[in-house]
Amino acid sequence: MATDTTSAADAGQAAAGPGMPQLDFSNWGNQIFWLVITLIVIYFVLSRIALPRIASVLAERQGTITNDLAAAEDLKSKAHEAEAAYEKALIDARAEAQRIVAETKVGIQADLNAAIATADEEIAAKAAAGEKVIADIKANALDSIKVVANDTAKEIVTAMGGKADAKTITAAVTARMKG
Amino acid sequence: MASEAKDGGGLVFKPMDQFNVEALFGSGPIGVFTITNVTLWLALSIVAVICMMVLTTTKHSMVPSRGQSIAELAYGFVYKMVEDVTGKDAVGYFPYIMTLFMFILCANFLGLIPGSFTTTSHFAVTVVLAMAVFVTVTVLGFVKNGTKFLGLFWVASAPLALRPILAVIEVISYFVRPVSHSIRLAGNVMAGHAVIKVFAGFAALAVVSPIAILGITAMYALEILVSFIQAYVFTILTCVYLKDALHPSH
Amino acid sequence: MEGELAHIGAGLAAIGSGAAAIGVGNVAGNFLAGALRNPSAAASQTATLFIGIAFAEALGIFSFLVALLLMFAV
Repeated sequence: MATDTTSAADAGQAAAGPGMPQLDFSNWGNQIFWLVITLIVIYFVLSRIALPRIASVLAERQGTITNDLAAAEDLKSKAHEAEAAYEKALIDARAEAQRIVAETKVGIQADLNAAIATADEEIAAKAAAGEKVIADIKANALDSIKVVANDTAKEIVTAMGGKADAKTITAAVTARMKG
Repeated sequence: MASEAKDGGGLVFKPMDQFNVEALFGSGPIGVFTITNVTLWLALSIVAVICMMVLTTTKHSMVPSRGQSIAELAYGFVYKMVEDVTGKDAVGYFPYIMTLFMFILCANFLGLIPGSFTTTSHFAVTVVLAMAVFVTVTVLGFVKNGTKFLGLFWVASAPLALRPILAVIEVISYFVRPVSHSIRLAGNVMAGHAVIKVFAGFAALAVVSPIAILGITAMYALEILVSFIQAYVFTILTCVYLKDALHPSH
Repeated sequence: MEGELAHIGAGLAAIGSGAAAIGVGNVAGNFLAGALRNPSAAASQTATLFIGIAFAEALGIFSFLVALLLMFAV
């Protein structure tokens, strides 16, 4: 293009400048002026409005995610706590039941022992009374036997024609009974 | 190419015409305050930034809508870049870097609209952007580190004899930074658009027009990629330069 | 005559774009080779990849710029 400047001028191009519009320094001032304004506007739009807004949205989202995660962690630990409490209650209940069983057992044993002791005592008393009665009866029977034996002996002696000496007979009977 | 147009008859190649700066109202000479197509498309890039970053986030939704998630994606993308490349202490410069990224991205993509004017294809625009970064980095480097910032050019790990030579190379490469920084962006965008225009010129020839249209489509796809990558590269290089200013330990 | 020479110069300068293409290909190819050997480290190095590509490409862009200057500005 630049080789044929006349034709370039004819074509209505930038007649004064070189063929490359980029190197036409006459309009640099214009471009730089508007560019600087553009950059300043974009800088203020971004730094005052857009970037703080996006940063806040991102921070908020990050915060929400962190909070949600923390809440989930919290709930999880709560669930663990509840589970532990349940386990503890179960163990406690089991121990309580065992304690009650043992207590009852001890109580019953005590009652049983007491009852057995009472019964033993009663039995012993009854046995003692019985033995006494038996001893009495025995003694009575011995006496009766002695009397009967004396009488019988006396009668026999009499019947035999002897003279019944009461004292001798009694002595004899007593001796016999002892032997 | 103009001569080619005359010779070829049907074929007209004017790949650079799309970059002409013209006054929108009237046809007088372009002064500093003249409203031109540059003004229009710069204003549209402001509108695009506002649409993308402000209007989508008005609801503050906890669960983002599509627009809001794009805004959040752009925010997170640049924020992570600043944090990873420059360091955690550079987060204060994040709005500045975000401004550069959003402006270049929106201007590049607006430039891809057929018939539009690509502001980032002009050296006037990219040189201002690159010089802004260069001046910021240099001033920040001296303010934050004092004369220790000059250690950037004095490679302490190199043998003593080599150090002066390396210092010269480092200084040159430091001052080439804004040049490459600006020309990379404008060059990429301009080259892509010019190539599309050349293909479009071929499309006037019925025989090759299918191939030309295919070529335009392919170049357009590549340009979409380049638009994003150049915005990304410009931003990440800004982060790298900023890191040099904040931590010049090399 | 000068104009024709400028055009030839522009064409020669455009060779630099091809050289830059080789450079960019080198960067990307080596990155891919490294990434396939150690995929876990690849994600953290994409930024470095793009910076490397950008530097390699910048020099190609310079030659492109020289070509443009020769074509349109000289």
